[in-house]
Amino acid sequence: MGFKIIVLAKQVPDTRNVGKDAMKADGTVNRAALPAIFNPEDLNALEQALRLKDRYPGSEVTILTMGPGRAADVIREGLYRGADKGYLLTDRAFAGSDTLATSYAISCAIKKIKDFDLIIAGRQAIDGDTAQVGPQVAEKLNLPQVTYAEEILSMKEGIVAEDDKYGVPHAKLAEELDLKINGTLEIKRRLERGVETVVTPFPCVITVNASAPNCRPRNAKAVMKYKHARTVTEIQDQSEDYLDLTLDRPYLKIEEWSVSDIETDTKWLGLSGSPTKVKKIENVVFQAKESKRISNDEAELEELIVELIDNHTIG
Amino acid sequence: MANFFTDNPDLKFHLTHPMMEKIVALKERNFTDKDKFDYAPMDFEDAMDSYEKVLEIVGEICGDIVAPNAESVDQEGPKIVDNEVIYAKGTQENLDALVNAGLMGITLPRKYEGLNFPIVPYIMAADIVSRADAGFVNIWGLQDCAETINEFADEDQKSRFLPRISNGETAAMDLTEPDAGSDLQAVQLKATFNEEDGKWYLNGVKRFITNGDGHVSLVLARSEEGTQDGRGLSMFIYDRNEKAVIVRRIENKMGIKGSPTCELVFKNAPAELVGSRKMGLIKYVMALMNGARLGIGAQSIGICEAAYREGLEYAKEREQFGKPIIQFPAVYEMLSTMKAKLDASRTLLYETSRMVDIYKTYMHISEERKLEPAERKEMKRYQKMADFFTPLLKGLTSEYSNQLAYDSLQIHGGSGFMKDYPIERIYRDARITSIYEGTTQLQVVAAIRGVTTGGYVDRIREYELMELRPELHGYRRTLIGMTEEYVHAVKTVVDVKDNEYVDFHARRLVEMAGHIVMGYLLLLDTQRDEQFKTSTEIYINMGKAENTSRAEFIHNFTLDDIGAYKHV
Repeated sequence: MGFKIIVLAKQVPDTRNVGKDAMKADGTVNRAALPAIFNPEDLNALEQALRLKDRYPGSEVTILTMGPGRAADVIREGLYRGADKGYLLTDRAFAGSDTLATSYAISCAIKKIKDFDLIIAGRQAIDGDTAQVGPQVAEKLNLPQVTYAEEILSMKEGIVAEDDKYGVPHAKLAEELDLKINGTLEIKRRLERGVETVVTPFPCVITVNASAPNCRPRNAKAVMKYKHARTVTEIQDQSEDYLDLTLDRPYLKIEEWSVSDIETDTKWLGLSGSPTKVKKIENVVFQAKESKRISNDEAELEELIVELIDNHTIG
Repeated sequence: MANFFTDNPDLKFHLTHPMMEKIVALKERNFTDKDKFDYAPMDFEDAMDSYEKVLEIVGEICGDIVAPNAESVDQEGPKIVDNEVIYAKGTQENLDALVNAGLMGITLPRKYEGLNFPIVPYIMAADIVSRADAGFVNIWGLQDCAETINEFADEDQKSRFLPRISNGETAAMDLTEPDAGSDLQAVQLKATFNEEDGKWYLNGVKRFITNGDGHVSLVLARSEEGTQDGRGLSMFIYDRNEKAVIVRRIENKMGIKGSPTCELVFKNAPAELVGSRKMGLIKYVMALMNGARLGIGAQSIGICEAAYREGLEYAKEREQFGKPIIQFPAVYEMLSTMKAKLDASRTLLYETSRMVDIYKTYMHISEERKLEPAERKEMKRYQKMADFFTPLLKGLTSEYSNQLAYDSLQIHGGSGFMKDYPIERIYRDARITSIYEGTTQLQVVAAIRGVTTGGYVDRIREYELMELRPELHGYRRTLIGMTEEYVHAVKTVVDVKDNEYVDFHARRLVEMAGHIVMGYLLLLDTQRDEQFKTSTEIYINMGKAENTSRAEFIHNFTLDDIGAYKHV
């Protein structure tokens, strides 16, 4: 037994340490000025995938990322932590993609990968904070989706013929929605005011919250094993040592797909497929506009509490 | 988001010492593992790159997990539940992270699922872990025991126990007993051989055992009935799965509180003999303790690093009399001297580690093939030097870790005395380093042979001949002067021809040798990297004055003067 899990990961500029030159004059991100990192919530997503792999031996974790050539680093980072392989989707045709064009390209790549049980992504990336790509991928692939996941409680193979313990009629739903069902997942979601446990058939898409467990560290042996993993472009670049290693060791070859490797309608790609246009960027400086002094006595504190409850600051 | 490896360029400087090329080539037997293991290096550069990448993992775990956990671990500590030691929550988190990262069998051969790293990067990892939490390194660093199993156990034992340690099980070394502390010859825990099932059984009590409930324990026990000294002792492996040992209590300690220090009662506990009978103390424990002393050196330097950083940060931020206190001579002298001692300690740590690397690797090679005469000679030479340098390192750097913790706390003033700053914990943690694995006084007993046989001077003369840029020659002249003064002092003491007289002055002489050795090592570091020049200057200034005061004491002292010191 074992499941095939795809983790969607994105290389992002590290917006947690932003300097003055973080934005260019045209309102786009100046990637050169910011270190590129593995999007933090995608690491939470990877950890969920790796936990499933620990729990269900024989499972396989694949990283899928879209970005410039150097985004291959994200795949290597995934391999260092326990992923089995990775695909880099890279092409000038994808440049300028907003979330819609991105999710379209990614869904096309997933159609080519074809064989999978589960797609896990971080809730959102720290550069755009949209939280749209995961759900859009689900829609484009006609898959159920569970957002804000914090923990995958169980993953069971096979169709539940009867309604499950929560009364969900899986078989009937599958028929109505034209879903292919490999099994069911039980997932804990972190919502604003509590947690919710849901059951979903899979294949499906899950997006994971930052409140989920942190990703495990890189593993020393995996780092040494995969540090020479390269994409075709990196190999052709010739600037790297140990290039012939990929010939003897196929696991060191990171799959690189361009637009010609996947089936797409090019008008939905890149800038032409992106309805989002940045109209204006504004510098927002936070400042305290009103302040209020409250003296340390029961009556005024009481008043403050009532006010905070009324305006839903606490409750 | 801190990384304790990359935020400290001194570590990479020591990692990339020119001697590493030789060490790596020996350790990797000219890179023959690369066809058998997918994580073995292709060549020297590849190996060095791997060490660096792995140390980055250590640095990240220490910065992001171990250091932030240190305070809660210090408060919570371990406890006994159903005869089992349960670590503090943070300790378990630290351990899980390092186990998941595959950092438990760092120096073990790949066939036992280790990383096959030399001692230098392993000790560097210990240096980093100690800076994050000096108490935690005791648990993680007990993987040293695996090195002893690898050296002396038989193939069957190695293949059963070593992969378990590589995959995350912890170890313990069970030596001390209520009446056998510094004097291990007095160990009484009884080992009896049962003819019927052909097994050894252990009975008795061990005390002050770090991580006493570890999975795999090396136990020193009396296997020869009727004997009283060290020659009746053998070494055994005890497997916790036997469940035949009771953890009677965990000590309530002043520092390193996260590390469980256990009292153990062995009740007919089945155990396996390691190597030959009667060699337990004479050979195996000596090797085990030498490894452990190197580890305490790393722990001391990690503490020095932490103490220095805390002191520096506080002195820059704290303002009194209208300016940051670091601008006052009394404070900046303390800090720059702390930095000099830190740099001196660290360079001695890695010099010693390199010596151990070379001789130990030759020793392992000699089990595979006969060594060439030149190789054998080199092995002996480095082994001898390592035997002199290990007690020097452990003795002097553990004292420095205490001094740095003291000075750093002093810089903090009243705030340092409160629990509000980490220095209070660091100060308590430092205290044990000059006590366990042999007190400073016992390190001096081991090191004095290096003084009287000329071991230190021989090495010092080698340093003297090394190439230096012209602007550094002045420091060398000072060190040559200090060497003459030292040689003269040694002669004065030895010429009295009285053992008690030598013992009386031993610490003074060992410290004099240490100041010269560390002065030279700093000077050689400066030859490679200008940034060590300040520490070199400060350390030599200090060492010169300290040595002169010791020499003066010796030259104005006679055998009769000892009498006054006995009236206590």
